[in-house]
This record gives sequence, structure tokens and C-alpha cells, in this order.
Amino acid sequence: MRHQRREQGLMLALASPALLVILTLVVLPVGWLGWQSIYHDGFTLENYRRIWSEDIYWRSFLLTFEISLLVTLLALLLGYPIAYAATIVSKGWRVFILALVILPFWTSVLVRAYAWLALLQRTGVLNQLLEYIGVIDEPLALVHNSFGTVVATVHILLPFMVLPLYGTMQKIPNELMQAGASLGGSPSHIFWRVFLPLSLPGVLAGATLVFVLCLGFYITPELLGDGRTVMVSMLVSRNVELYDQWGAASAVGIVLLAAVGAIFFAVSRFVPLDRVLGQK
Amino acid sequence: MIMARPVRIACIVFCTLVLLYLILPILIIAPMSFSSARFLTFPPPSLSLRWYQEYVGNAAWMQATRVTLTVAALTVVIATPLGVAAAYAISQSRTRIMRAIHIILLLPLVVPVIITAVGIFFIYARVGLVATLSGLVFANVMLALPYVVISVVAGLQSFDATQEMVARSLGMNRLRSFFAVTLPQIKASVTAGAIFAFISAMDETIVALFISGGQYQPLTKRMFTALRDEIDPTIAAISTMMTAVSFMLVLLASTRQRKDG
Repeated sequence: MRHQRREQGLMLALASPALLVILTLVVLPVGWLGWQSIYHDGFTLENYRRIWSEDIYWRSFLLTFEISLLVTLLALLLGYPIAYAATIVSKGWRVFILALVILPFWTSVLVRAYAWLALLQRTGVLNQLLEYIGVIDEPLALVHNSFGTVVATVHILLPFMVLPLYGTMQKIPNELMQAGASLGGSPSHIFWRVFLPLSLPGVLAGATLVFVLCLGFYITPELLGDGRTVMVSMLVSRNVELYDQWGAASAVGIVLLAAVGAIFFAVSRFVPLDRVLGQK
Repeated sequence: MIMARPVRIACIVFCTLVLLYLILPILIIAPMSFSSARFLTFPPPSLSLRWYQEYVGNAAWMQATRVTLTVAALTVVIATPLGVAAAYAISQSRTRIMRAIHIILLLPLVVPVIITAVGIFFIYARVGLVATLSGLVFANVMLALPYVVISVVAGLQSFDATQEMVARSLGMNRLRSFFAVTLPQIKASVTAGAIFAFISAMDETIVALFISGGQYQPLTKRMFTALRDEIDPTIAAISTMMTAVSFMLVLLASTRQRKDG
């Protein structure tokens, strides 16, 4: 018994330096935001009332939700076939496909946003190419609007969809599909009735990750957006940088965090959280 | 699994297009960085190292590079031992507290970075850590810890813990048995975790935007500010180099991880 307690104490001691870093740089700052959002020379809910009543705030939340939903759907649409392909091809191709997913994953978000800027701007690669082959006369406005933001954001978040999906699909026993086939099921029937339902936990994990990450995304909307449509993350940064409204910024941050927390909580009832997070 | 032929062809074409969408934008930066033109054009009119010379000759970019490399190296040196110790504790102890600690250590991946960035900025403003090197390193250690923890916990899962028990029953103390028996077998996961910590610190942008300043601005912050104003091809050169470093490190990490089995 005493030995066990000493063992536990040792393990806690080993984990505590890392824990301390996270507590001082995540938990404490977030707590500070919460405090600052309700306390300014006395307690006030003014900051939250403003989010509720002022157009720009709730419209920004709505817009962020819409964009995140769109990005998640697109990522699922593009990511599912990729993960599926990685599951069924031979080992060499699997390594190749996964490499093409993982390499972008570890490339700087800023570099990728820059790449899209270079590709999509008025004098960018895509417009030059289209003009050269004569499809268009005038350069298209592909960037500094929500189109550019969505294209780049899907690109950046796609690996977060593919990797959990692949993780789930890879564990689906092939015998089940063989059994389905031996019982006379057509390939499409087996896919829809056996494979797809079994891959749903992966869909949920990937969709959650992409949606939640998109809710707080900052770099792509800031660089590729039009500057007028303000996502929640930009609301936070502008209230700090431009308007010096720390209370308002804190309140927006807390609401965003609450949304993220609620989503993870809801999802954790269906898929264990460490499975959602541990796929990297 | 078998598929009808037209479905199969459609699937192959679709997947190829998606994979191109994933990789092409990253690769296209490289030829552009070797262009001689003032503006980003593709294909480049002629090849030159102009933008690389511009980068090397610019004191501000060089200072930013030094900051990035210093921060990334210090982040690895600090986050790796902290992460390994925590991962070891997590995999050894199955108590409820330890499970909670495990989740708390993964929080930096879940909390939107913009929120942590602003929160850290408020805290740093109080204690005078804004625009300091140590403030930047500290924040990057926080962001990198989850990568080390995830990688090493996974490595320890496939490690047979009874081996360490045997070493201890033969008279080694805990510390020695860890270094002599356990660590050599999870070395690849530790290396991979350290590599991911390095990349994470090298690429980190949002927190740096809020808390870095003066002479301690990393590359990403200078790039971001430059991108808001105009498209400077120097950034293409820097991006190409950063991407090359990431690619090489990821390949290194994945060949390592495969060795762990």
C-alpha cells in the first residue's frame, strides 16, 4: 500500500513539470480571459450583452459557423475517398498516399496560405494560366473573398480529416467485406451497408477536428479573406490590436471556447476523445 | 475490395486530383522562388538566386532566422524531456488523476490558438515577458508538448514494461533502468517527438504575432507582416527553405518511427 502510494507520487512528480507549463500557459490565460470578460471596475456582463445585441458580433459567429460547416463538408467529401483509397491499395501506394497527406500537414500554415495567395491572386499562377489558354479575358477574383479562404482552409485542414478516417478504416476487418461478397452482396451494396457504417466513428472524429479547428482559424481568413467579412478569430485579434477592447476580446474568446468545449463534450459521448486527438 | 470498373476509374481520377490539390500548391513555391522577376510569375522568365541573395543580405531576415532557430532548438531541448517524463508517468500509472493530466497535456491542440495567444499576451503583459526570447520559448514549449507526449505515449504502448521490472528486480534503480532498458527501445518515438516539436516551433505564427516584438521576432511574424503589405518574392525563397526543412525532418521522423515497429 505504502509502496503504491510512493509510486503514484513519483509518477505525479514526473508529470508535473509538463503539467505546470500547460497550467500556466493555457489554463491560467484562459481563466484570465474569463475574469477579464466579466470584471472591469466591478462585475459586468456588458461584454456578453454586446455579443448578443450588436450585429457585427453575432453575425461574425454565424458566418464562422457557416464557413466551418462548409469547410468540414468539403473536407469530408475530398478526404473520404483518399482515406478509402489508402486503405485498399497495396502497401507501396499506401505509403505514397499517406506521405502526400502527412507532408502538407507538417508544412507551415503560413507558407501554405502564402502559396494559395500566389496561386489565386489577380496576377497569380491560375489566372495567368487560364488567360494563356484563352478560357478567360479578365482575371478572376479568386482571392480576398470567401472563395479563397475556403479553398485554402480546406487544403490546410484536409489531413485532419484523412488521418482519423484512415485510422478507423484500416481497423475494419476485411473478412466482413468478404463475408458480404460471399453472401451475394454487390460491391456497392457491401460498401453502403457494411463499410460505410463501420467507418462512421472516423467520420465523426475527422469532422469534429476539422470543424473545431476551423472555428478558431486565424491565418487564412486574415490573409486570404476580403477584410470585411470578419471571422470570430479576427474579432478577437482586432479587439486587442486595433480597439484595445480587452474585455470584449476576452468575452468573444470565452464564447468561442465554450462552443469548442460543448462540441468536444457532445462528441466524446460517441467517440473517446483520445481517439479524436491521438491520430496525428 | 472489388469495385465495378467505371467506379474504380472515377475513384482513381478523383483521388489523383485531390492529392494534386494537397501537394501542388506547396511545390509550386519552389520554382517561383528561383525566378528573376520582380513579381511572382509562373513559369519564371529565367532562373536566378536573386531572392535568396536578397534574403541572406537582409539584416532583419537574418536576425529573424536566428530567433526562429534559437527558439526552435530551445523548445526541443526543454519540451522533449518534459514530454518524455510525462508520457512515462501516463503510461505507467492508470489512476484517474493521471488520465486527467493526460487530457490536460493535450489541451494546446484543442483550445483555439488565437485564444491561447491573446490570453498569453495578457499574462505576459503583466509580468513583462512580451517581446522577450524566454517568453517566446516558453509559449512554444507549451505548444510543442502535446506532440512529444502523443509520440512517446504511442512508443511506450508497444514497449513491454515488464522488461524494466526485470532490470529493477536485478538491482538497477528506476532511473538507471529507464535509461538502460526503456529509453533505447523508445528512442525512435522520442526522436520523432523532438522533431515534431522543432517543426511546431519553427512554424508557429499566431502566438508570435501577439507576444513577439523588437529584435526577438521570428521568421513567421516578419513573413506575416510582409504578406499583409505586398507579395515579396523573398518570402517565396524563405517558404521554400522552411518547406524543405519540414519535409526532410518529417521523412527522418517517419523512417525512425518505423524502426520502433
